[in-house]
Amino acid sequence: MKAGRVKAGPVKAGRMALAGNLAVLAAGLAALFGLPAFAETYLIINSTIFAAFAILALSLALIWGYAGILCFGQAAFFGLGGYTYAVAAINMGETTLPALMAVLLPALFAGLLGYFMFWGRISDVYLGVITLTVSLIFYRFVNQTAGEQWNIGDAPLGGFNGIPSTPILNWPGRAGDQLAPEDIFALSVGLLLAVYFGCKLLLATRFGRILVAIRENETRAELLGYDVRLYKLAIFMLGGAMAGLSGLLFANSVFVSPTMFSLPVSGQIIIWIIIGGLGTLIGPVIGCILMQVLTNWLGTVSQIKGFGWVDPNLVLGVLLVIFVLLVPRGLTGLAAGVWSWLKGLANRAPAERSATREQTDP
Amino acid sequence: MTTSSTTASSTGSSTARPLLQTRGLTMRFGGVVAVDHVDFTLQERELRCVIGPNGAGKSTFFKCLTGQLVPSEGDVLYRGTPIAGSGSHRIARLGVGIKTQVPNVFDGLSARDNVWIAAAKVAPGRAAERRTDEAMARVGIAAIGHRLVGQLAHGQRQLVELAMVIAPEPDLILLDEPAAGMTDEEVDRLVDLIAELNRSHALVVVEHDMQFIRRIARIVTVFHQGAVLIEGGVAAILTNEQVRDVYLGKQAASPPHASRGEVSAQRTEGS
Repeated sequence: MKAGRVKAGPVKAGRMALAGNLAVLAAGLAALFGLPAFAETYLIINSTIFAAFAILALSLALIWGYAGILCFGQAAFFGLGGYTYAVAAINMGETTLPALMAVLLPALFAGLLGYFMFWGRISDVYLGVITLTVSLIFYRFVNQTAGEQWNIGDAPLGGFNGIPSTPILNWPGRAGDQLAPEDIFALSVGLLLAVYFGCKLLLATRFGRILVAIRENETRAELLGYDVRLYKLAIFMLGGAMAGLSGLLFANSVFVSPTMFSLPVSGQIIIWIIIGGLGTLIGPVIGCILMQVLTNWLGTVSQIKGFGWVDPNLVLGVLLVIFVLLVPRGLTGLAAGVWSWLKGLANRAPAERSATREQTDP
Repeated sequence: MTTSSTTASSTGSSTARPLLQTRGLTMRFGGVVAVDHVDFTLQERELRCVIGPNGAGKSTFFKCLTGQLVPSEGDVLYRGTPIAGSGSHRIARLGVGIKTQVPNVFDGLSARDNVWIAAAKVAPGRAAERRTDEAMARVGIAAIGHRLVGQLAHGQRQLVELAMVIAPEPDLILLDEPAAGMTDEEVDRLVDLIAELNRSHALVVVEHDMQFIRRIARIVTVFHQGAVLIEGGVAAILTNEQVRDVYLGKQAASPPHASRGEVSAQRTEGS
């Protein structure tokens, strides 16, 4: 892909990207093997939730940051994944097929929703409203499913309480042989790494590059002969599948309840991405984990006498406003800015020299 | 005044099926008729210039041809196939490329990536890379391939878009004000490029710059208030009283040396 580029810039950028990828891989492997060695079960389970949420962050980072589709209801696919898994696992006993369904069903639902939105040429703002509404309809609907008339096979949907008896994944083919919390953790972090690098690879393909071009200028992509609707539908379905996967992992570390579909979940994902940096993959993952750590910590603080006024949601809201106004490119943008500023400081003299050389060069 | 249409059809072989033909093409926005029963015929490998004052319907006409707008009435035939109302991507796949009036480019991508996206639609892998480099060299933007298009000057953005249009080698190239914002050297290159492209492609060029039209045009179609006012050879059109009245004014219709500054006069001599 780099063939034909003569400038040194892209080569250097390639080396930087490689270093970044290795750093992410190292951090992921460190968490994967390091954390279980010393952490208590509580921390393991918490970290599993972080990993699940990080996949959810990636699902929107991909479709919003790279395809320009601002889905305000990613929680719909997250919840759908969790509930699909819970209901199917209760009915089937063995959990391998339910786990696959938890990824496929949200993807198919995203396909149905996306078909009407993209073929209907719904504009960006209305797309946000429609997806938000869909997630809230799910929320309302599942909330009132208390009582036996809402049982699906053997699985009670449980209304407001959700399904506290959500089965834990078993080893494939061995029904009842459940994974330990450490195994769920390893699975979640492993899948997070796989999803992250999968997204990286996807974006480097022809499909990924065209997707970014569509984000930049839909009209031009159409005028070049690309069927923009198909590309958007495909990535929207992939985002739905990733959110479903996240819901599956979440269901295995907590349990499924209507809050999975709620507005705070959809809103949180957007906050993670804005704080981490829109248009990157690592930013939203970092934003997600930082915000989760912060929310948990604020939760503990608010329990302390005299600090009852500390509301994690309020702090998140203030942080969002600060970032939108002052750090619009998020933490990754900030880091890149500081990095190039430092580099400029260090190389000022040589840079000036080469600039004058470029000017004299015809 | 009406003898002009015979000139137009005599340029191509009149028996052959035209590349592009519109019949009674009409585009209404509410009560406004932007394009009014336009009958337009373009032969294979013909070069046509379209002129007309602002609001004459030239860009709307282009949008009807490329599927960006669905015409209210009338037919658009591309090699005999009706294409009015087809999606933009379908029409593009038939071999129609357009450089729009306001450059439609991918601002967040490098110039080379912009052109690659265009080439990758019609060619796989290495062939797309080769086409990309060829198109960039032809337009003369190989040196700025790594620059972000959003940071380029208007004239350079025009060139990037031009490279995107020619990279897939479409049979019909529509250029809407391609010379706007270009430096004199860039315009010179554009004139040469249009002549070269015209050897194997049909082109329709909308332009306001009369000096530019003089340098490239053979047959000119004049739009006025959405309709075709007149069509004919460039010399006849530029001295036509009626055309002068609606659009050109005395300045551009008189010999360039008398009315234009030295720079534009030289440009005319250069052709």
